[in-house]
Amino acid sequence: MRPVMTDLTRSPTRAGALSATRALPIVCAFLLGVVVIGGTGFAQMAAAHNAAHDHRHSIGFPCH
Amino acid sequence: MTLFRTIVLLAALVGFGAGVVLTVVQQFGTQPLIVKAEGFEQARTEASAPKPHHHDAMGAHDHLAASAADVAAAEAHEAHDHGDGWAPADGAERFLWTLAANVVSGVGFALLLVAASELKGGLTSWREGLFWGLAGFAVFTLAPSIGLPPEAPGVEGAPLMDRQIWWIGTAVATAAGLALLAYGRSPLTALGAIVLIAAPHVIGAPQATEAPAIPRDLEHDFVVAVIVTGFVFWAAIGVLAGALRGRFAAA
Repeated sequence: MRPVMTDLTRSPTRAGALSATRALPIVCAFLLGVVVIGGTGFAQMAAAHNAAHDHRHSIGFPCH
Repeated sequence: MTLFRTIVLLAALVGFGAGVVLTVVQQFGTQPLIVKAEGFEQARTEASAPKPHHHDAMGAHDHLAASAADVAAAEAHEAHDHGDGWAPADGAERFLWTLAANVVSGVGFALLLVAASELKGGLTSWREGLFWGLAGFAVFTLAPSIGLPPEAPGVEGAPLMDRQIWWIGTAVATAAGLALLAYGRSPLTALGAIVLIAAPHVIGAPQATEAPAIPRDLEHDFVVAVIVTGFVFWAAIGVLAGALRGRFAAA
């Protein structure tokens, strides 16, 4: 006998949305994004600022 | 960690595409205004530059002390100028560094968008992605721009650290507020969301004390250009993420 489809089983991806095995890599990828943006948008090193100067102005980051 | 690799690969592709789109829009939108504003900024810097002392006006005895004063003044002036250290040469080098920064930031923002949407089960279409992109635009362009309008070169702001803290705090509060609005289930969470989104603006952004060196219309045009550029950038991230995610879903 087939199990009754519920809202949760209908979509396998959405059913696993918040399991711990899915959450850990998702959080890691999110933190990687935070680090990347910190480097291009917020690092105060002169060379980093000068290289990304026009980018920072164009995206509206606070700049010098 | 296959899910991690999938998110990073998808974000890399999306970020590259959005970074190229941003570069194209930027060349017609913000870049000419940045160059124009830098002209005004430079004019003001030169006007306030320390003048060398007059040799005729003083005896040989004072010369050493006067030279030392010149050096100190020049150093203080250079320290104030943000252009110290290595900088890319104008032309191709400057363009390529801007392109690189655009792509890297595109990847960074795509990582945030893709990761956040995976928490909710993943994007299923380009249209769904576009709505996530609009949320990104609201969080990272609109909300911070209310208190800290995008500054062209020559617009002096409050101390940089204060502005960065307010900018990041506003983005975080707005993102949390939007998530509560979208996924909260009770009127109380909706009320909390509204408080979160409004709070940074009630607190207020750190404001400049110095008048800008550029004309008012240039300042205005720059704010508009950055916000429109940000809209296109975020729309590109969202649409690309939504459209490409299906090809990675099996992984």
